[in-house]
Amino acid sequence: MRHAQRIRQARLAEATMKLITGACLFGMVGLTVFILGAIIWRGAPSISAEFIFAMPKDNMTAGGIWPAIVGTFWLTVGTAIFAIPIGVSTGIYLAEYAQRGRVTRIIRLSIANMAGVPSIVYGLFGLSVFVMVLKFNQSLLAGALTLACLTLPVIITATEESLRQVPSDLRQASLALGATRLRTILRVVLPAAAPGIVTGSVLGLSRAAGETAPILVTAVAFSAPLPRTPFDRVMALPYHLYIMATQAVKPAPHIVWGTALVLVAGVTIMGVAASAWRSRQRRRIRW
Amino acid sequence: MVGVGTGVFDLNDVSVAYGKETAIAGVSMHIPSRAVTALIGPSGCGKSTLLRCLNRMNDEIGGVTVGGSIKLDGAEIYGKDVDAVELRTRVGMVFQRPNPFPMSIYDNVVYGPKTLGVRKRAELDEIVESSLTDAALWTEVKGSLKKHAFELSGGQQQRLCIARALATSPEVLLMDEPASALDPISSQQIEDTIADLKEHITIVIVTHNMQQAARISDQTAFMLRESMDRPSALVEVGDTKVIFTNPTDKRTEAYITGRFG
Amino acid sequence: MRQPPASQSKTRRGRPGISRTADAVVRRLIALSGLVAILILTGIFVFLALNSVQAFQEVGLIAMLKGADWYPTSDPASFGFLPSEVGSLWVTFVALLLCVPVGIGSAIYLSEFTPSGFKEFAKSMVELMAAVPSVVLGLLGLAFVVPWVRTALGLSSGLTAFSAGLVVGVLCLPTIISIAEDALHAVPESLRQGSLALGNTHWQTTYKVVVPAASSGIFAAVMLGLGRAIGETMVVLMLAGNSGLIIRDPFDAARTLTGTIAGEMAEVVRGGLHFSVLFAMALVLFAVTFVVNLAADWVLERQRRRWRR
Repeated sequence: MRHAQRIRQARLAEATMKLITGACLFGMVGLTVFILGAIIWRGAPSISAEFIFAMPKDNMTAGGIWPAIVGTFWLTVGTAIFAIPIGVSTGIYLAEYAQRGRVTRIIRLSIANMAGVPSIVYGLFGLSVFVMVLKFNQSLLAGALTLACLTLPVIITATEESLRQVPSDLRQASLALGATRLRTILRVVLPAAAPGIVTGSVLGLSRAAGETAPILVTAVAFSAPLPRTPFDRVMALPYHLYIMATQAVKPAPHIVWGTALVLVAGVTIMGVAASAWRSRQRRRIRW
Repeated sequence: MVGVGTGVFDLNDVSVAYGKETAIAGVSMHIPSRAVTALIGPSGCGKSTLLRCLNRMNDEIGGVTVGGSIKLDGAEIYGKDVDAVELRTRVGMVFQRPNPFPMSIYDNVVYGPKTLGVRKRAELDEIVESSLTDAALWTEVKGSLKKHAFELSGGQQQRLCIARALATSPEVLLMDEPASALDPISSQQIEDTIADLKEHITIVIVTHNMQQAARISDQTAFMLRESMDRPSALVEVGDTKVIFTNPTDKRTEAYITGRFG
Repeated sequence: MRQPPASQSKTRRGRPGISRTADAVVRRLIALSGLVAILILTGIFVFLALNSVQAFQEVGLIAMLKGADWYPTSDPASFGFLPSEVGSLWVTFVALLLCVPVGIGSAIYLSEFTPSGFKEFAKSMVELMAAVPSVVLGLLGLAFVVPWVRTALGLSSGLTAFSAGLVVGVLCLPTIISIAEDALHAVPESLRQGSLALGNTHWQTTYKVVVPAASSGIFAAVMLGLGRAIGETMVVLMLAGNSGLIIRDPFDAARTLTGTIAGEMAEVVRGGLHFSVLFAMALVLFAVTFVVNLAADWVLERQRRRWRR
């Protein structure tokens, strides 16, 4: 009798907990849908060719946001230029060359910690090193370098994990054919790991594109012309959004929501495209 | 592509240690040119380890020490000025599980020659054709060289790996249980290929399949690890027919007759 | 049987594809890149410290940490961190209150109970949420959370630590969910099978066997979420209000360490005392997140070692 009762209680507890945890998950999913939906709903009416490609007018309350889009674009490209070579190289070092030992452990610890440093701290670091010491002043270059530091851990981790997933069989085969370790990495392992590396890098870059704090003090101006050199200050989508939403003298909600939609759309498209490309590559290569 | 040199190995008192633990000791044997030498023995007896000494693949594992002398065509392969990387273009290897690169058939085969600096398209095409022919794969794939290697069957992939190894014109081909992961028909095709290849190239094959060793090899070496606290040893080596019909050592006889696996 | 082809010697000894010197150079570069991460992390500490020296000398670390008044532009100026520290604590507290239970609950459901068809969709939703920039979440907070807080709680303004905390909590959800789900997923199926075979329900298996086995990973997830919450800048800048007082409950406007630094940095004179104090504040922030991340990493390393595949 008691046994049956215990089982009934256990079943009830299970049903309850499934409900609660399920509600958490569905709540989260619902929240995500709501977030995206709200942005699209509020921002879509603002989207037009003029909004995207024209220069701002009327003290930023009319016209388009083209310079902000260009600024964010170049900041992201700059971040890629600095972060990808170093990040992939470090990932290769960790996956293929590093010995188990104290130094490697410290390197890994540093990478893990870099991932957790607040973005405003990166901003101050960028300010003191790139803007002041190296005298780049507030510029596209300083901003890109700062964002590159921020993005480095993501690229390193993506590279290392992708390299580790390449079966050791392939390395053995290459070495047995008389190739050096390096040639093996460059000609066989790296190409095989490329989908994962590219996806991870693009995801990291899309996150960098949305960051405001690091570029707050290193790169941006609220109003700036299209950049001609890397030493110019730039406008950027996240910063533009922030200022328009909190400090604009004359409120312009349609600009604000339009900017938010463009930013989110850009970030999402990058991420989705990268994931889709990786799935296609993965289907061809089944380990 | 077939080899130019004679591809003769002379092993003298060879030992292999992983850190402090000696895995193999006291192996001495001669591997004749243009013939098939089979290494047989129960699993764990060190035959693959010994095989990997012949192309210094053991160098890639940290903490491995190889003692004694291993000479290829009279020259010590563990000598100070011997480049292991270069050695492996002369001593090729085929592995137990087929491991083609995730590239086209063509790119797989030309990987070795490109490492050696061959650039001209005409030369590469010629190497591809002759290597695939020697590996008995040419007729099946000649019209689809751009096909991705992973689309081939298991048996075809292994023959591709053989062709890939042959593309650097090695003098010796090491084969580590090349047919064990394949179906019987593919396995037979590999054996036929080995029989053809040995006319021009020295072959050393590790196999746990005694019948296979008896069928295809000219010389057989039997290895055994008698207990975990003693290193593996070479028990007996000799003409295959003799080993399988009238072995000298009692332990060889016991293994051959199936008294232990 | 087959004649050796006439071109047999062609394969031999051409010029090697990558020359040996290039090989060595590239290998050196790769090895050097391993140090970049250490360099940058140390560099962050060094440059923060260098720029804080003036603040430590003229104001003093203890005075800053315990000081209750933040009037940087008055004469004489006062540089107490306490209002910002308290604000940060309140925001983080509210954020964790939201994201830890919901995050772990979601992770449990995702790992143990979600039907497989839905799992991929749910995971991509989590990734999608993680991709939304914090400034956009701040905007949504301004549009929806702040008015709601104002009306629902009858406050004069919805710009409170509570509002900021809620949105920061949402921001941290993906972090906690993905790391906790990884930890739960890593628990071997055999443990679950064993428990079920003894007559336990799925839920009993989960809380008796799976969660304890994944506990260090879950702990690490919470620590990383905590670090994220402490370090969040844009959301608090936009939603927490801007009061310099030490708040007693989260329903007032507050400042946070991150918000103060970000908000005032653009206005200060470079090289001045105010400038240096902000760097000192960043140093404190860096130290706190460093310790939190170290703890999370230590725990994750232990878990990795236990389940070494």
